[in-house]
This record gives sequence, structure tokens and C-alpha cells, in this order.
Amino acid sequence: MIFKWFTFIIVNAALIFIFLVAPVERQEGIIQKIMYFHIPSAWVAFFAFFIVFIASILYLWKKEREWDIIAHSSAEVGIIFCSLVLITGPIWAKPIWGVWWTWDARLTLTLVLWLIYVAYLMLRFHAPEGSQRARFSAVLGIVGFLDVPIVHFSVLWWRTIHPKPKVLSMESPGSGMEPVMLITLLTSLLAFTLIFFLLLGQRISLEKRRDELNELKNKLIAES
Amino acid sequence: MDYLNKIWAIVWKDIRAEIRTKEIFSSMFIFSLLVLVIFNFSIDLLEIKPLDIAPGVLWIAFTFSGILGLNRSFLFEKENDCLQGMMLTPVDRSAIYLGKMLGNLILMLVMEVIAVPVFVILFNIGIYDKIFQLAVVIFLGTLGFVTVGTLFSAMSVNVKTREVMLPILLFPIVVPVIIAAVKSTGAILSDKPFEDIISWIKLLVVFDVIFLVVSFLSFEYIIEE
Repeated sequence: MIFKWFTFIIVNAALIFIFLVAPVERQEGIIQKIMYFHIPSAWVAFFAFFIVFIASILYLWKKEREWDIIAHSSAEVGIIFCSLVLITGPIWAKPIWGVWWTWDARLTLTLVLWLIYVAYLMLRFHAPEGSQRARFSAVLGIVGFLDVPIVHFSVLWWRTIHPKPKVLSMESPGSGMEPVMLITLLTSLLAFTLIFFLLLGQRISLEKRRDELNELKNKLIAES
Repeated sequence: MDYLNKIWAIVWKDIRAEIRTKEIFSSMFIFSLLVLVIFNFSIDLLEIKPLDIAPGVLWIAFTFSGILGLNRSFLFEKENDCLQGMMLTPVDRSAIYLGKMLGNLILMLVMEVIAVPVFVILFNIGIYDKIFQLAVVIFLGTLGFVTVGTLFSAMSVNVKTREVMLPILLFPIVVPVIIAAVKSTGAILSDKPFEDIISWIKLLVVFDVIFLVVSFLSFEYIIEE
């Protein structure tokens, strides 16, 4: 309960910082404020998929349902934030770069990441329930995450071998940023991370309750 | 030595079954041919230089027909409970993986050896002086595709929507292989200097080694009952 209130306060603080405190960027204008949603979403998505990776390893090692639930929940919540990155990105890119989408290294990596974890969720949806599904997803959770650095290098070289137009170059976040803007970004990062943990916790308890319900159902069927 | 013999027995079993039925090979080959032909219609080769699109078309043909072969790979094992039988034999699970993987690799390479000359004729490309470099790239790319492909094929065969599931699982993972293979094939075909190719070859080797080890280690969790 305290955690929920804490999240509530931080999220509101982040919103106040974003819309009232942080200055409007001189060149990009109001649209630049989407950065405070875009970058934290990207961070949370990567973090969520990292949790999938760790939970998958622990599942294969310990074979406890608990880790399977954590991996599943984290992948689901992660895909939401990854989708947010892919939605806010084009909205930001259109007025600034003039195009909705460009096959820039970072964009391509995010898209591939999204595809990998959508496949993960589809596998969970279609695989037969039980330990087989847990093992399959765990293997994909590990393979998928190990693939991330390789995809990163491949798309980086793929795009940097040819010089790209200056308009499309993307400055690294945080470089030469106004201190107020940096504080706003960090607050927003904290807010998004807290929201992530809140959602993750909810999703995990939901899955546990579903397990309990199934157990009760089976008991009822056995008795009748 | 004993371990190698066991792997070979599995590979030989697959090859022998394939020689008798020719089922997978014929469908893979015809399919790759179709991809090459269909792409010919989608792009006007009189206006676009063949070298600009040829490497991409070649690898699309390889990956799409490779999926056909991989889909069948464990389907046959599943149908008559052959996988059960194989697991009952005193063979390490990893040997089953390596055997199936090598079987798929050989099948795909044979298909590619026949598809490349057809590709050369259809797209009017000279490869006579670069066959060796091309062979290295094709081998490394196909190996990367097959290592993860065999692992996922054992998975997708147990899933309701198996034929669709395999490409959905496999394609995002093999994105680095496709990029590296297409880029290096293109560089070889247009006589680029060796330095342009070497970083892609390294990337392919890294992918192959990492996923060979990971698949080798995690295969037992896939087929465990």
C-alpha cells in the first residue's frame, strides 16, 4: 500500500516537472517533452526483458513455477513499454526528422526486440500448458536476450558503414542537457520504474490467483 | 569417438530417410526456385542493377525454404513417436541435437549448392572467381540459421500452430545472420575489398559459436518429458 502511494506521488511529481518546471526546448519546441516518456519507456522495456532473462535461467535451474510466473509477467509488462517506445518514437520523429520512421540502428534494435518478445508471448499462448510451456519459454527468454547485443552490433554496422544524412543523426540522450531537464528526465525514469514494478507485482499476483483458482476447480471436479 | 559415432548415426538416419523419400529436399528446392522467380517479377531488372538486390533475394530464398525444411525436421520424429525412441536409446540429449542440426545443415547446404547456379543464371551474375569466399559466407550464414532453427523446430513441433510458430520465433532471432550474410554476399559479388567483409564474417562466427553452445546446452530442456 505504501508502495502504491509512493508511486502515486512520484508519478505526479514527474508530471509537474515535465509540464510545469522543465523549460520548453528552444529548437524542437513542445514536442521535445515526449522525450520524458520515450526514454524512460525504453529503459523500462530493456529492464523488463532483462528480468525475463534472469527469471528464465532461474526457472531452468530450480524448476519452480514462481520463476516462470515472473518471466511471463515481466515479458508482458515489458512489451507494453516497448510498444510505448515504438509509438512515441514516430510521434517525436515526424516533426523533428521529417519522417515517421528511419532504419536507424537504435530504432531497428527496438523493433527487433519487440518482435522477439511478441514471439515469446505468442509461444506462451499457443504452447501446451504446464512444465513444457515453462521450459520452452525459458529457453526463448534466454536465447532472445543473448541475441540483443548481437542484433545491436549488426544493425549498428549495417547503418554506419554508409554515411547517413545529418538530419537523421540522433544525439545521445543526456549530452549537453539543461540541468533542470536532466532532473526531470531522472524523475520520470524513477516514476516509470515504479510503475513497472507496480504493474509487475499486480500481474504476478493475478497469475498466482489464477493458479489457485485452477487448483480449486480441479479439487471440485475431483470431489463431484 | 563413441560420441561422434552416435551423432553420425542420427545424421545418417536423417540422410537415408531423405534419400528414400526426397520429400523435404524437393519441396525446399522448388520453393527457393519459386522465390527467385517471384522476386524477378516484383523488381524490374532492366531498371535496377541486379547486384543491388541479388544478395537479398538469394538469402530470402535460403531462409524461406530453410524454414520449410526445419518445420519438417521434428515433425517426422513426432509422428511415429520416433523422438521417444531416440530418447530411449543410450545417447546423450546433446548428441540428438547435434545430429539433427547437422542433418538440417547438410540438407540446406545441398539445396543451396543447387540453387546458387540457378540464381547465377537468372540474375546474370558472375561468381567464378569468388566461389570460395561465397562458400564461406553461405556456410557460416546457414550454420547460424540452422543452430537456432533446430532448437526452435523441436519446440514449435509441440505447439498448436506449429508451421506458423517456427518463423515467428526464428526470424527475429536470426536478424543479425540475415544482415551479415546479405551484406557480405553483396560485398563479395561487387568485388569490395576484403576488409569490408571480414567484420561481417566475424559477426557470423560469433553468432554461430554463441548459439551453438546455447542450443547445445538448452536442448535437453526442450525434449525432456
